[in-house]
Amino acid sequence: MNSIKDTVAIVGVATTEFSEDSGRTEYSMACEVIKAAADDAGVPLEDIDGMVKDVVDGIDAMYVQKALGMETLTYSSDSHWGTSPLINAVTALAAGICSHVVYYRSANNGSGKRAGSDFRAAKETKDESLDLIRYDLHHPFGLMGPAGSAGIGIRRYLRDYGVGAEQVGWVPVVCSEHGSNNPHAAFRNAPLTIEDYLASELVVDPLRRLDIAPEVDGAIAIVLSRAELAADLAKQPVYVGAVAMGSGTNGEHYSSYSRDDIAGLPEMELMAAELYRVAGVGPDDIHVAQLDDRYAPYVPMQIEALGFCGKGEGGAFCEGGDNLRVGGRLAINTGGGFLSEGFSHGVNVIEAVHQIRGTSTNQLDGVELAMVATGAGGPADGVILHS
Amino acid sequence: MTQEQAKVPHPARWGVLYRSSGPLWDSAKERNLKMQRCASCQNWLMPPRPMCPNCQSMESEWVAVSGEGTICSWVTYAEAPHPAFDSPHTVVLVDLAEGPRVISNVVGIDADELEVGLPVRVVYEDADDVLTLFKFERSA
Repeated sequence: MNSIKDTVAIVGVATTEFSEDSGRTEYSMACEVIKAAADDAGVPLEDIDGMVKDVVDGIDAMYVQKALGMETLTYSSDSHWGTSPLINAVTALAAGICSHVVYYRSANNGSGKRAGSDFRAAKETKDESLDLIRYDLHHPFGLMGPAGSAGIGIRRYLRDYGVGAEQVGWVPVVCSEHGSNNPHAAFRNAPLTIEDYLASELVVDPLRRLDIAPEVDGAIAIVLSRAELAADLAKQPVYVGAVAMGSGTNGEHYSSYSRDDIAGLPEMELMAAELYRVAGVGPDDIHVAQLDDRYAPYVPMQIEALGFCGKGEGGAFCEGGDNLRVGGRLAINTGGGFLSEGFSHGVNVIEAVHQIRGTSTNQLDGVELAMVATGAGGPADGVILHS
Repeated sequence: MTQEQAKVPHPARWGVLYRSSGPLWDSAKERNLKMQRCASCQNWLMPPRPMCPNCQSMESEWVAVSGEGTICSWVTYAEAPHPAFDSPHTVVLVDLAEGPRVISNVVGIDADELEVGLPVRVVYEDADDVLTLFKFERSA
């Protein structure tokens, strides 16, 4: 089988300021961030011939392309949520369709459409195709917003494996420690303590306020190039060892209730198996990972699904935080994660690039491999990067 | 907004026809809850869908269920996510005795009394003239 391994490198990254209210349009942020990522890479905008994004962004790629003066594209696509557009970028580059592709995400999710507002959005747009199951079968009973949908499965994980708040709470604690060193983190505060966590209100029981990553306004862009073009650019290339998605039987976004076992992340298991197969590495080789901490309990669930510990051992893995800190068995979310940086897909890929470049604000020594996972609770996507 | 003004949300209210699940809501209105089942391999289809993922048959039937079940999981919103509901607001996932799982609410059971495996049975509640909800009360 042909492999995409090492055919593509990340050559440029950029973010706008992340905030609770950008005061500007997604269009404006998209243009700024793409130009900044191209500058970071040393790739002239006119040499970028592919553009990928996810479907939930507000601004159509055609307008962004026009504003940036990018004359010709030979590839453009919208992929589903998360960082899954990266797989489209890698595919287009590995297939020889493009030389340089930019992945961008620009969203005013803090001040504008929040993730909890899907019903209102649907009502306004009369768009039942967006997620018919939610509107038809969940909303009449008041199951609304992703925290509620996710909480149903998360409760069973916590209960079935005896994972307690005094274990899960170390995820927000460690993320806040990492975020407190990252000047870019929108929700940078003094580091939390486990006592802060245990005192945090159960807003959607079993989820506490400090379990839930806040939405932000902001944009990210990542320029990827064919590997043979990457070595001569401005920055150290960060090679894509593997990129994969995972979609499981009876899968839905946060509400895969028809499965026998609703207490796991089978999509993540599928994705991880493919990542390890393609990259030719295993969990023992990886010591830094950017995990999807949109809801903190998804972190121990992911640590299990990605093979860093056995089933049901994720809570014990997190307890005390030492495994998760820089220098621990698996340093996670070294930029602060979605919990501290704010929830925006792609920003965790950029932190992984920083770790390999040696430019993180919580830098590990000698990082050769880094893993990124997103899409917990739904179709999962991830990437393994290396120096 | 008061409880009286807010209506339980459902696509039918926006003039959008719900498609695959129409017979489910009709059965609730008739107080005889039915679930979709593959006519070929008898696999339950929940959520409703046009094809059986087990055998790819497009023939299905709507079969009355006993209405007996057990609690599989639940969430409790400290603040209800919509003005049609009281706070705190609890949503449950019920394992129906026949197999399919449904999202619903409980009647007469406090959130702190819920446990996985708690036996429940269906009760019907007219939200208004458009919608009848199937909810669950403690059984036995």
